[in-house]
Amino acid sequence: MSAAAATAQAAEKRGAPPRPVEELDSVVIRFVGDSGDGMQLTGNEFSRAIAKAGHDFATHPDYPSEIRAPTGTLFGVSGYQIQFASRQVFTSGDAPDVLVAMNPAALKTNLSDVKRGGILIANSGAFTDNNLAKAGYQSNPLDDGSLGDYRLYKIDISELTAHALKASGLSKKEVGRCKNYYALGLMLSLYSRPLEKEEEDIRRKFAKKPEIAEANVLALRAGYAYADATEMFITNYRVRTADIAPGTYRSLTGNHAAALGFVAASELAGVPLFLGSYPITPATDILHELSALKHFNVATFQAEDEIAGICSAIGAAYGGVLGMTTTSGPGMALKTEALGLAVMLELPLVIVNVQRGGPSTGLPTKIEQSDLLQAVYGRNGECPIPVIAAHSPADCFDCAIEAFRLAVKYMTPVIFLSDGGIGNAAEPWRIPDPASLPKLEVKFRTDAEGFQAYARDGNLARAWVRPGTPGLEHRVGGLEKDFLTGNISHDPMNHQRMVEVRAAKVEGIARDIPPLQVEGPAQGDLLIVGWGSTYGSIVQAREQAAAQGLSVAHVHLRHLNPLPPDLGDILKRYRTVLVPEMNLGQLARILRERYLIGVEQLNKVQGKPFKVSEIHDRIVELCKKGAK
Amino acid sequence: MNDMATLTKKDFESNQDVRWCPGCGDYAVLAQIQKLMPQLGIPRENFAFISGIGCSSRFPYYMETYGMHSIHGRAPAVASGLKLARPELSVWVVTGDGDALAIGGNHFIHAMRRNIDLKIILLNNRIYGLTKGQYSPTSELGKKTKTTPLGNIDRPFSPVAVALGAGATFVARTVDADQAHMASVLKRAAEHKGTAFVEIFQNCIVFNDGAYEAITDKSVRDDARLLLEHGKPLVFGKNRDKGVRLRGLEPEVVTIGEDGVTEADLVVHDEAAEHSGLAFFLSQFDAPKFPVPLGVFRAASQPSYEELNNQLHADARARRGQGDLAALFNSGDTWTIA
Repeated sequence: MSAAAATAQAAEKRGAPPRPVEELDSVVIRFVGDSGDGMQLTGNEFSRAIAKAGHDFATHPDYPSEIRAPTGTLFGVSGYQIQFASRQVFTSGDAPDVLVAMNPAALKTNLSDVKRGGILIANSGAFTDNNLAKAGYQSNPLDDGSLGDYRLYKIDISELTAHALKASGLSKKEVGRCKNYYALGLMLSLYSRPLEKEEEDIRRKFAKKPEIAEANVLALRAGYAYADATEMFITNYRVRTADIAPGTYRSLTGNHAAALGFVAASELAGVPLFLGSYPITPATDILHELSALKHFNVATFQAEDEIAGICSAIGAAYGGVLGMTTTSGPGMALKTEALGLAVMLELPLVIVNVQRGGPSTGLPTKIEQSDLLQAVYGRNGECPIPVIAAHSPADCFDCAIEAFRLAVKYMTPVIFLSDGGIGNAAEPWRIPDPASLPKLEVKFRTDAEGFQAYARDGNLARAWVRPGTPGLEHRVGGLEKDFLTGNISHDPMNHQRMVEVRAAKVEGIARDIPPLQVEGPAQGDLLIVGWGSTYGSIVQAREQAAAQGLSVAHVHLRHLNPLPPDLGDILKRYRTVLVPEMNLGQLARILRERYLIGVEQLNKVQGKPFKVSEIHDRIVELCKKGAK
Repeated sequence: MNDMATLTKKDFESNQDVRWCPGCGDYAVLAQIQKLMPQLGIPRENFAFISGIGCSSRFPYYMETYGMHSIHGRAPAVASGLKLARPELSVWVVTGDGDALAIGGNHFIHAMRRNIDLKIILLNNRIYGLTKGQYSPTSELGKKTKTTPLGNIDRPFSPVAVALGAGATFVARTVDADQAHMASVLKRAAEHKGTAFVEIFQNCIVFNDGAYEAITDKSVRDDARLLLEHGKPLVFGKNRDKGVRLRGLEPEVVTIGEDGVTEADLVVHDEAAEHSGLAFFLSQFDAPKFPVPLGVFRAASQPSYEELNNQLHADARARRGQGDLAALFNSGDTWTIA
């Protein structure tokens, strides 16, 4: 029996008429509360329940950089948004259909995003005079009629949770922590999802604290029963399951997916992995994940600083393992000198920059794509480094493998750009069969005959030698080196030759980039060129525009340095090129410089992802302009 | 492949011309290390020398071993990664007073703290040589250099004290001009498990010539230096008649035979003491009030970082079995779409 049918049946038992179940194509829900209210957990749990029901989904966690900001304050509000749908989902959605607000500050900071006519579920128990004052409300918005444009449900979640847990023997504080499960119960009921799986999950999650597990289960059931029994909700909703490719799935954040990708790269290459890293938001989860995998050939080293993070990885790479480091913008700045060393040493190395708002400390927990120019150009000397970027959480898995594929094949550091949106957001990941993944070919030179440390193969890569190999003892370093022997050389022509060969090696990677996939017409009015986490918004905006009959195509770049060899031809086939970016036009600048073309920009630096509508509006504007 | 038994000093000399100034103290250190290598029973290919930037950091180029001339101050970090990735290698760091203590201070102390099995050799000439004569973190107060024309007001610190403060398990000091002493100290460092730190007083003939004259000039050195020997009282002087006594927590120099002082009154050196207090007060000794100690300050036995790290990995494998990708991918909450 489906959950909706069960709900209907339960209602019938009570003698009430079954509530209608409204079918929806997609729903966007945002949970908001204090940063200590467990909103990230609630959002995560809800998305897992949704995923198991066969929906596609995308999420966007939005939290403050303070761990527990003072309660009830506007700046302490933490949120988690999820969109799930009966079709493929690319973004967490523009505007919430439902806002679950645990206190006045959460309501105040998020209300303007909610769709007119959308559902507001407010924890009325938290709308105390004190909390209202902290949020800057003169009067209680739940009572003063100011929310007339919305469907408002006032539920005293605090009190109802306390009531449900009266007999639990838990402290007031512990009971307070269970109210997020009450809210989850409400939402599961409203969206016709069964409870049983969630109860199992809670018991598993809190296996070490059975009394907390039971309290959370009670709170969950109480919320579910309340939504089920109350006359407040006149409709239950159901979203048809999406048409998703068969397979086994799990929900992964980008950082988790990247970690799995790096372990996979190590296994595929048959070479151990070494991560040297210093904790930094929002990249640290990759270090967390890999630290727990010591039963693989994975070593993690929490270094004393960002510089030691990359330098230890360079040492490990010299030792013949897959060296990598993870960081975010400010940490990237600190690693810059060591990046130059890695370029000189010509050793494989992967540097992950999970970008955040900059400059300086900037917006640590918010989204931005403003480190592209830093990645491509930001070093002293002529210092080319290949750069790739992931476009979604699941894509981080593939990019992790691609980063190491390039690093070992071309004996070069590779920068892998992700961002806070991708890194912390979750989406379903179709679990691959490890046998289906590409092998990474790694060859260590062992033959001492004719060995020259900087002799190159057809890809201009030098040989990788593991210390401990007899007869191949050699020295490397940051001073310019002789073209063949690698010994120090200050010879003018040798330097020119080395600068050029390092550049040619990285440029040559272009031959290794698969043809670009263009969505939409092969030529026409408008081409959108994107990179990184703008992918979802661009896809949906383009689909909407195409459905309106506009001639608009989309190409999304994974390889940003070097650029794909077919990009130049593709750009020429459209009258206008638009680059939406969460910066002030960094890819746009690169495209102009490289292809000598005009590029339209759409730039957003608000710490938030693009709304589909923002890109769609620009598409329409540019298509209209072109038609004149 | 070199037969270990037949390795000689020559096998450790690379074909690169050594480019230190004629008369530089670095030559003596290079020669001693090249001489030491064949005595350690380690195949040549299992040595790696890592350095940062500075005169002394050119060292790896002159060793016929694996090596890296990295970036300023970062050699301990590079070496840590190499040692963790390849624990079977013998990894040496060669650094200077600027490289290790100014720009690289952070990596230096954390290597000591972790007790990674690295041999860190600091050539201390109390001056910046490669940039042509600026003061360093070990330059004396009042010293006139190109950046302190009116005298240095930047208080120096003792590398030995810094290492001890960071929890180093092996700390020693020697001097470039005393080849036999340097050889014995370096051998002890090589045999230590965990981070072994050796400060070598090294004369910069161009920018700070004679900095260590008092303890290297054979006519005066015995009164100016204190040779540390484990289990022996702290005795020094040309006539071996001076010693160090503790009055409460205050050390003082005394003369044996005067005021009823006998050898039994003197502090006995204990390099293996669990507590590094004795080593620390020795690290504070400096001319003119005290003789300058040379030798092993501290040699304590503690598990090395990479031993503990290897154990963590072995335990994880014993508990969970060797990692399996398919199992990892399918762990956690999964669901199947038919």
